Amino acid sequence: MKKLVMIGNGMAGVRTIEEILKLSPNQFEITIFGQEPHPNYNRIKLSNILQGDTSFEEIIINPLDWYKENNIQLFTGEAVTKIDVEAKKVISDRGREVEYDDLIIATGSNSFILPIPGADKIGVTGFRDIKDCEMMINSARNYKKAVVIGGGLLGLEAARGLLNLGMKVDVVHLMPNLMERQLDPIASSLLKAELESQGMRFLMEKETVEIIGDERVAGLRFKDGSHIPADLVVMAIGIKSNTMVARESGIYVNRGIVVNDFMETSLPNVYAVGECAEHREIVYGLVAPLYEQGKILAERICGKNSTLYEGSVTGTQLKVAGVDLYSAGEIYEDGTIKSIMVYNEYEGIYKRVLVRDNRIVGIVLYGDTKDSTRLFRMLSKKEDITEISIFESQCSAEGGSGDIASMPNDELVCGCNGVTKGAIVEAIKTQGLTTLDQVSHCTNAGRSCGRCKPMVNDILAYTLGDQFDAAAAQKTSICGCTTISREDLVAEIREKGLTSVKEVMNVLEWNNEEGCTKCRPAINYYLGMIHMDEYKDDRDSRLVNEKIHANIQKDGTYSVVPRMYGGVTTAADLKKIAEVAEKYEVPLVKLTGGQRIGLFGVKKEDLPSMWEELDMPSGYAYGKTLRTVKTCVGAQFCRYGTQDSMSLGIELEKKFERLDTPHKVKMGVSACPRNCSEAGIKDIGFVGIDGGWEIYVAGNGGVDLRAGDLLATVKTEAEVMELTSAYLQYYRETANYLERTSKWVERVGLEHVKEVLANEETRKELNARMDQTLKRYIEPWNEAIQSEDIKDKYYAVHTVKAGE
Amino acid sequence: MIVTKTRTLVANYSELQVRSGYSVKIDDKEIALFKVTNGKVYAIENRSPHPKGGVLTEGLVSGEYVFCPVYDWKISLSDGKVQAPDEGQVKAYQVEVEGNNVYIII
Repeated sequence: MKKLVMIGNGMAGVRTIEEILKLSPNQFEITIFGQEPHPNYNRIKLSNILQGDTSFEEIIINPLDWYKENNIQLFTGEAVTKIDVEAKKVISDRGREVEYDDLIIATGSNSFILPIPGADKIGVTGFRDIKDCEMMINSARNYKKAVVIGGGLLGLEAARGLLNLGMKVDVVHLMPNLMERQLDPIASSLLKAELESQGMRFLMEKETVEIIGDERVAGLRFKDGSHIPADLVVMAIGIKSNTMVARESGIYVNRGIVVNDFMETSLPNVYAVGECAEHREIVYGLVAPLYEQGKILAERICGKNSTLYEGSVTGTQLKVAGVDLYSAGEIYEDGTIKSIMVYNEYEGIYKRVLVRDNRIVGIVLYGDTKDSTRLFRMLSKKEDITEISIFESQCSAEGGSGDIASMPNDELVCGCNGVTKGAIVEAIKTQGLTTLDQVSHCTNAGRSCGRCKPMVNDILAYTLGDQFDAAAAQKTSICGCTTISREDLVAEIREKGLTSVKEVMNVLEWNNEEGCTKCRPAINYYLGMIHMDEYKDDRDSRLVNEKIHANIQKDGTYSVVPRMYGGVTTAADLKKIAEVAEKYEVPLVKLTGGQRIGLFGVKKEDLPSMWEELDMPSGYAYGKTLRTVKTCVGAQFCRYGTQDSMSLGIELEKKFERLDTPHKVKMGVSACPRNCSEAGIKDIGFVGIDGGWEIYVAGNGGVDLRAGDLLATVKTEAEVMELTSAYLQYYRETANYLERTSKWVERVGLEHVKEVLANEETRKELNARMDQTLKRYIEPWNEAIQSEDIKDKYYAVHTVKAGE
Repeated sequence: MIVTKTRTLVANYSELQVRSGYSVKIDDKEIALFKVTNGKVYAIENRSPHPKGGVLTEGLVSGEYVFCPVYDWKISLSDGKVQAPDEGQVKAYQVEVEGNNVYIII
């Protein structure tokens, strides 16, 4: 395999890798170096984080699992400092050396920091990455007054975010008009008035010459001699390509790393993509052209017939609440340009299209941007606009769909992901999609900046015609087989008294009559949750692990993990496990993370006989159920233990084992606050204290690391059991299928859960429903051993040898 | 060019359970055989095209599709194509049913 190394782990670079994996999944051994300590995230959404609309987790585009799944070696928090062109290797700041056959430089850019005295003081930052965001958020906790230098796109987004964080914000701008590169003076003044009404203060035509203060910033001084106080200064003047490593390695660099139409640099086998690259003297800073570059570079590297990159025309919008603004192309009149304008000062709507030789060359929209996609299409296709009405009349009720009808199929709808109208229409038709959510999942349209979502919705409405249900289209359905949401599904099951998976799919008119891997297990769960002990589980609606009662491994073998209550075992059981492992030549015996013994690499047909010889219950290491209760030694032996953690752990595990839950549930019981069972990162954790137990909930030690919150402190084991049971049952009844307790608590709120559980009557009812549900379970390994039908259907070898 | 096709008897139609996967070995090829709800029988390569694979015989069958049990890719039983947004294809084999005999043609 050829070795591909990429310096940089940002949006443009990682998109290039995705394109390469699509074209040629096994051609390269890939290594990525990223200076930031994170996987690839959606930098466009940083302003949403600052404005408090989203969290960092939600803007991660490629989680660490993605790198693993694609066998990509990722080094985060590590920068490449040198490219040894002769030896074809890169050297990192930690001294790591990695050889390459092909090298992609995708180092992005840095904030441009004004070279003025005081720019290095504490409290001065750019606005470029999550670190900058965190710094601003922290500053807002302790300080009051922020100054943003730069009244462009980024500066205004930062300023709005700082207002949301409760700071007073002044925006300092060198020019007389805001966003002068995107807006004409009229649009600019409308924008300024709107932002002033939101509480921003503007200092126009001011040139900052010095940042004053001791260690920390205290204020700014301008060229005209005036000055203002500041506790935080954000410089959002522009970006500067990050070209250092390229320059020092002898690659030709101008403003950015200079590339040709194949994204090749001046050195063989070295490419550059994204904000660090300069193509035909332009450095792009928006996502659509960078994704375009990535696609072309991927074709080149994979040796496919590559198209040429010929540059991009781009449109921009401002992501600030209460402002709807779009701009593209040339926005200043010269002698050859004529404008078409609509100006409704009363409603704050301004639209201007700039035309040269019957063709649109520029667009400025303020207050109403729904024409942006259509106009931008006409601009980029250089359509002749003679006899075309540029702005629709006011009363265009069906304007949306009429517009869609005239839109050609190869028209790009989602610029970020390169999805055309044709691809969306085809996906809707061939896969029977009815909601926006489904279309996004199937086509990727609308999954980056989200600006095209209204357009995608219009296409959906147009394609479905009479079938289109506007309200339903907005809902998050449980899967692509239906438009129904989780709440509606549960309500329908209750109201209509539905009792089987098949009946649910039939009566609720699933568009895919046998369902899919998302809805079938979910319906099966909800039915069991509602009908409790009366429900007969539909084994064939469970996915392989829960169906076989063992964990499938990547080579098609399984693992066997016997139940070992509270992680406590005996010498006799250990002997039995050892004998079985030897007899069946189990390739791997390992202690699991939850204090159990796992036997890995078992053939499916050996499962029932192994279970029979083990004569132990299933440890359910594969299920959406109570996995394990991890315990410390506790008061029985430990000199610190204040409570009997092993006994409580065993009691909990015996009571709740086999219970179906929306997702897996892990527990931990510690006998003292030293917390050897790590109860603070379990779904439910118990910590013994003098005279009682603390109960922690919603901890998670996995992908979404989260410390548990204290739910309650109780005195007796009986109270522990009663409250745990009520809590678990409330989770079972209100969580979405596949929602872990940590996510669930964050969604519904810990205070809400506490309130519900504070009511003694409610607790009693929850306990009663839990107890009734628990009645239905029987031990599955033993059931399989006893039943020839089950053995034949699920565990017999169906291998047919040819000709027999 | 002469192409030789071999017809191999692989199963009894009536013994195949609907929506269960059967693994069939012909020479060194591992094939997954499925009878779907409408009674048709399909044969595809028993390996998900995902780089880290997964045996398809264990997957959930819905209509004329099977879901890879390890990575949940949706794969068409009739032509082996992976459905969007994932991409790829497994080999699909021709199946003939004559009376109670099921043959795979390679």
